[in-house]
Amino acid sequence: MTTLTERLPSTVDAPRPPKRGRGQRKRWELTAVGVIVALVFLFPYIVMLIGSLKSRPEILQVPPTYLPQEWHPENYVNMWNTPETPLGSNLLSTVVISLGGTALALLAALPAAYFTARHNFRLKMPFLLLVLITQMLQPTVLASGLFREFVTLGLNDTLFSMILVNAAFNLSFAVWIMHSFFRGVPKEIEEAAWLDGCTRTQSMRRVMLPLVWPGIVTTVIFTFIACWNEFAASLILLPTDTNQPLTVALTKFVGQYDSAWQYVFGVSLIGILPVVILFSMIEKHLVAGLTAGGVK
Amino acid sequence: MSDAPSTVDVKPRKRKARRETTLQALPWLAPALILIGGVVIYPAGYMIYTSFRDITRFGTDRGWAGWTNYEAVFNLAHLPKVFLNTGVWVVGVVAVSIALSMVLAQFLNKRFPGRRVVRLVIIVPWAASVVMTSTIFVYGLDPFYGIINRLLTDVGLISEPYGFLKNATAGFFSAAAVAVFVSVPFTTFVILSGLQTISDDTLEAAQIDGASRTQTYWQVVFPMLRPALAVATIINVINVFNSLPILRTMTGAIPGYDADTTTTLTFKIIQADRQIDTASALSVINFLVVLVVIGVYLRVVRPMRED
Repeated sequence: MTTLTERLPSTVDAPRPPKRGRGQRKRWELTAVGVIVALVFLFPYIVMLIGSLKSRPEILQVPPTYLPQEWHPENYVNMWNTPETPLGSNLLSTVVISLGGTALALLAALPAAYFTARHNFRLKMPFLLLVLITQMLQPTVLASGLFREFVTLGLNDTLFSMILVNAAFNLSFAVWIMHSFFRGVPKEIEEAAWLDGCTRTQSMRRVMLPLVWPGIVTTVIFTFIACWNEFAASLILLPTDTNQPLTVALTKFVGQYDSAWQYVFGVSLIGILPVVILFSMIEKHLVAGLTAGGVK
Repeated sequence: MSDAPSTVDVKPRKRKARRETTLQALPWLAPALILIGGVVIYPAGYMIYTSFRDITRFGTDRGWAGWTNYEAVFNLAHLPKVFLNTGVWVVGVVAVSIALSMVLAQFLNKRFPGRRVVRLVIIVPWAASVVMTSTIFVYGLDPFYGIINRLLTDVGLISEPYGFLKNATAGFFSAAAVAVFVSVPFTTFVILSGLQTISDDTLEAAQIDGASRTQTYWQVVFPMLRPALAVATIINVINVFNSLPILRTMTGAIPGYDADTTTTLTFKIIQADRQIDTASALSVINFLVVLVVIGVYLRVVRPMRED
């Protein structure tokens, strides 16, 4: 990957070989552009950080201040005890739903992805298309049916029901990306392992798993983030405030006449930070993973 | 279409084996099938069923309704406007996102000091919850205490703070801008991954053949990006079409339906009007539209072919 990109600019820029001084200067110009690009994409989150440190009167002040006149880091403590929403429970819900949803999606997707990648059978394409179609429906339109179903099963307004919903709606991505990763491993490698006396489980664990590991990491993190940020279904299916995830809880601070923006921003940053850290961990896989997942 | 790829590489003697594999497949596919069946197929079936029933605001089923719910949908006075909005929303947001992402991906594919940091930063709007990102714009665009309004005034782009989210048209386009903002990171990374599949040799060959940089891009790089662009388009169309949080957060408070897409309209019919039956009919129409759009796209571009 690096060797590829390393040489790309020089091949595009004629003449070759590039003069050292010119190349160097040009790259720093690009860095300057890069800084501007970065600022554009960070802008809302910088506003968020600054806003989260303002006092309630100051954040509603007309005209607004760019930087806080007084800094209020205690907002990050106080936001956990507000009449609007039980934030501690909300964070816990988000964590439980995301972990559960990711685990379930992976458990359901891996066998299906492996089998469809390795075997041809009559219903293979219909199955894969069915999986793809689930991606086109969205939880909002299915909410009334889901609500009824969960009432019948005694699961309504539970975290487990949201684990099921999240797992199902992320299954499509998980199956397709793992399908292409499994396909990317030549059958011969697996067969060689069997010839060498490996059982199916052994070859799975020692040969396949390490080879498709980048795919699994990508799938896990993508699914986790999608579950973490899910909003529409929770909004409709979880009426009890202690069950609601952070994304829904957040909206409680925004009132029609009076909003506690400093808490909105504090909660948002708490919600955004872990996913950004997770995401940055797979930044390298991201480029390779997306190619394998969609393009191959 | 669905059978074509698998039949190509199967030799006749393997046909019988294929039939047996279908049975073998069941345990492997079962978990996925159960999940899809329970959480997607059943409610989808229920949605189709209720779209033909007469259901009261309190959930009582008063029997068969024929096509009356569909008639009710098509008789909504604001429906043409909502359909128009939906078209503008999907085509506009996806097209602008892809155009911007192509430029950005090209830039991030160049090597420069700090590139990794810029790539990481671009991930932030992708990782962040869309509700959270939209909320910050609701605050920032407020005509009184909004910081974006102050910034735009101080820079001189507008002469006085403007209530971007106070009228439907401005609100709709502000929301579209936010939708582009949150779609660009993913799209950029998909295109970036496409760019990395293009080898140096290809580009060198083009250069040796005397192609200019513009020619190289449009005649060599761009065609090779086709699969990546196809993936980016499909996923963006589905996501943007189904997007609820941005419009709900940013224009949900505006009265009327001038800033609604079919998705937010469905939500309003469920939440505010409590007409489950009409909402179901609209959802069915909605789903068919996505299906047709994606189907046509797959037929024309064929990104899924396995060669």
